[in-house]
Amino acid sequence: MNFDPRFSGRKFASVGTRPIRPDGIDKVTGRARYGADFNMAGQLVGRVLRSPHAHARIVKIDTSKAEKLAGVKAVITAADLPDLTDGDAAMYDVLDNCMARTKALYDGHAVAAVAAIDARTARQALKLIEVEYELLPHVTDVDEAAKHTAPLINDAIFTEGLEEKPVKPSNVTKRSQFGHGDVHQGFGQADFIVERSFKTEQTHQGYIEPHACVANFSSDGTADLWVCTQGHFVYRQHCAQLLGMEASKLRVTSSEIGGGFGGKTHVWAEPVALALSRKAGRPVKLVMTRDEVFRASGPTSATSIDVKIGARKDGTITAAEATLRYSCGPYAGSWAEIGAMTAFACYKLDNVKTVGYEVLVNRPKTAAYRAPSAPMAAFAVESAVDELAKKIGMDPVDFRIKNAAQEGTRSSYGPVYGPIGIGPTLEAVKSHPHMKAPLGKNQGRGMACGFWFNFGGQTCTDLNIGMDGSVSLAVGTVDVGGSRASLSLVAAEELGIDYSQVKAIVADTSSLGYNDMTDGSRGTFSSSMATISAARNAILILRERAAQMWDIAVDDVVWEKGHAIAKGEKHGNLGKLSLKEIAVESGKTGGPIAGHSELVADGAGVSFATHICDIEVDPDTGAARVIRYTVVQDAGKAVHPTYVEGQYQGGAAQGIGWALNEEYIYGKDGRLQNAGFLDYRIPVCSDLPMIDTQILEIPNPNHPYGVRGVGETSIVPPLAAIANAVSNAAGVRMTHIPMSPPRILAAIEAEREWSK
Amino acid sequence: MAGIAVSTTINGDAVEYLCQPDETLLDVLRDRLGLTGAKEGCGTGDCGACSIILDDRLVCSCLVLGAEAEGRRVETIEGMAHGDTLHPLQQKFLEHAALQCGICTPGFLIAAKDLLAKNPDPTEEEIRFGLAGNLCRCTGYDKIVRAVQDAAIVMKGA
Ligand code: FES
Ligand code: FES
Repeated sequence: MNFDPRFSGRKFASVGTRPIRPDGIDKVTGRARYGADFNMAGQLVGRVLRSPHAHARIVKIDTSKAEKLAGVKAVITAADLPDLTDGDAAMYDVLDNCMARTKALYDGHAVAAVAAIDARTARQALKLIEVEYELLPHVTDVDEAAKHTAPLINDAIFTEGLEEKPVKPSNVTKRSQFGHGDVHQGFGQADFIVERSFKTEQTHQGYIEPHACVANFSSDGTADLWVCTQGHFVYRQHCAQLLGMEASKLRVTSSEIGGGFGGKTHVWAEPVALALSRKAGRPVKLVMTRDEVFRASGPTSATSIDVKIGARKDGTITAAEATLRYSCGPYAGSWAEIGAMTAFACYKLDNVKTVGYEVLVNRPKTAAYRAPSAPMAAFAVESAVDELAKKIGMDPVDFRIKNAAQEGTRSSYGPVYGPIGIGPTLEAVKSHPHMKAPLGKNQGRGMACGFWFNFGGQTCTDLNIGMDGSVSLAVGTVDVGGSRASLSLVAAEELGIDYSQVKAIVADTSSLGYNDMTDGSRGTFSSSMATISAARNAILILRERAAQMWDIAVDDVVWEKGHAIAKGEKHGNLGKLSLKEIAVESGKTGGPIAGHSELVADGAGVSFATHICDIEVDPDTGAARVIRYTVVQDAGKAVHPTYVEGQYQGGAAQGIGWALNEEYIYGKDGRLQNAGFLDYRIPVCSDLPMIDTQILEIPNPNHPYGVRGVGETSIVPPLAAIANAVSNAAGVRMTHIPMSPPRILAAIEAEREWSK
Repeated sequence: MAGIAVSTTINGDAVEYLCQPDETLLDVLRDRLGLTGAKEGCGTGDCGACSIILDDRLVCSCLVLGAEAEGRRVETIEGMAHGDTLHPLQQKFLEHAALQCGICTPGFLIAAKDLLAKNPDPTEEEIRFGLAGNLCRCTGYDKIVRAVQDAAIVMKGA
């Protein structure tokens, strides 16, 4: 059946309520099984040997001693993962990142792995592997790496996207540009111009569950993989490709996932575990330690951004320009490109230009982190916007309202917007009591806006109706934070039955068609669309069966509130048939009743948020503390409002950590100095206040219920909102994130010096 | 290597096991006894995901050796509900959606139980400092704090 995804206003019965999630009891009783909570008979323990060097040629690896150790069942190096990527450069990078081939490119890069009967033997075996390295000069700073004089990380890389093809290789892999109009002319019309440079340090997603998997490679060439991932279908594709298998021979089951935030969208350990299992002929469990998680997985880009914005006296922005340099780790990426797209997306601009440079550094391969690349660009732009408002003498909220993008605005990255939420979030902030609350000594308030694209993508869902009238919903998007509850609500809504009659599960890769990753805030958006489509397909069959039971034409049967109803006067005596009554008879009316859906969920609907933050700065120590925080964000339609609030609060908290504390610290030797939660400090309960939320609902025209993704946008404004608040509290503009106490203190002292 | 024989009490039941001298209690619980409710988030005492109660004291089981449980009382998340009746904290965590991914939840529940046992009527600040040894990356703690506040009210009334 042709599915019409367009929004149609309706009165909701289930959607918008707040029931308890179906996976809840298992999670509060310790029964839920995460990546490391699964075991198989005869399972071995896998461990990975990692380079201690930031940049080194691997001259020789001798594994013979490790192989001879009693209890060791397999030792592998890159030689056991031959290159089957067939010219696919991105996959080759994934392969090289899983196991270094000729060079170790960062501290923590895998060089060999073992499988042994227990953890102790595996650890001993790692010590017996001899690796001969030839040290190479390294570079970890994004600005240093972009210089012509920097040590080259990959001498086969020549900057793409330049007008003239470069003759020399470079660590800058790509230049990208967005915008329209003429910024030169625009700045000519400006009465005021702000121009500043900003830096942000590298952070980690910081999921509490380390990467974990159990791989079982069978001698018949098939394999099973149990893994915590945001996308088991994508993991299947990647692992199958890297191991030379047909995708259908590899069944991947996604465990409960203990946080991902974009960090569990890439394979790292999984191909290694499969290769170990293949070699050992036994199941292998591979769990990263926290140290490995920091050194080898995850991190976001470190950035360096220059911003210039000009405006007339009346507050109209005449031109905006940004140059953004993002670190990618040692492999090409498109992180600066995304930053360049998002930088000015909140505003209606006649003249705008953004240029992004992707920069290789000897750090782990950059991975997505919740609205990847957007928070840093927003930090730079929203800081400059605040400063410009101040220069003009306008209220920062009014200044933003005046320049906010609207329906019909051509965005800075190209497309023309449909109905969007930036204006409404700003208006809501303007009238929010938080904006009027008095501030104390050493306190400052800041606000900032944020944008994220959101994504839809390939989605496949099955809805099966049992003979007792209960409904099983099998989805292929991993549940990262309550989506089984939301999707059950959607199925109940569409079928017109009670939430308690629906049970949602995440199906494995052999039970359902392909699904893209749960990323881009797409989980609830796309799977709810597929669930609605599957439910509508099931309703069609339910109507047919009811027609058959009544012996009337199917066109005379409508579906209302969970019942088939015969319409028209001639059927006046037929009453109604409930879903259950039809299901009970299904064996006699044509067999099982199910609805399936396979679709590409287009039209994810861009998302905007505005945050308000109050900060208190201790002028003697430079310590900053968040004392009040408010998130206002458009959800399109909040399917389960409690979990929407949770996404808002969680993103804000991560942003607070990023803004004030979190950063990768590298030594001169190129080694990570703080690969643990003690020294890489994420916010704890006593660091934060309650986080207030306000959900706006501006329906997405491209979703039947108006839903937009909500997961990511909440991390976009905090860096800027907090920087603006700290700047207001300390009386000095902060330009370097994180604003740790030493940085704030140094800024305060420099300001004092300057004003003497 | 010969193992160390340990007799202990876990969630009220007498339990015996053999463990290596360098094995943590967390490893014993998870790998030898199949009690995987306690999680390893760090292995260094920094995240609280492995929280258990040892003789009425809240500890990180990744910092306790398996051999140290000899003759003591261990309480884990698996023992928190009575049959199918949830502990008020478990119930309130569900009602308030105080979990997103849920990996931190067993640790928070154990830590909160310990907190309320020692301070049945905590202020918000006392809750926040009481739970500061447990990391949650998903929730921003707001709903966790509210769930604990609500559970404290229910438990006082009980
Ligand atoms: S695993 Fe014990 S505190 Fe993190
Ligand atoms: S709910 Fe995911 S870490 Fe707390």
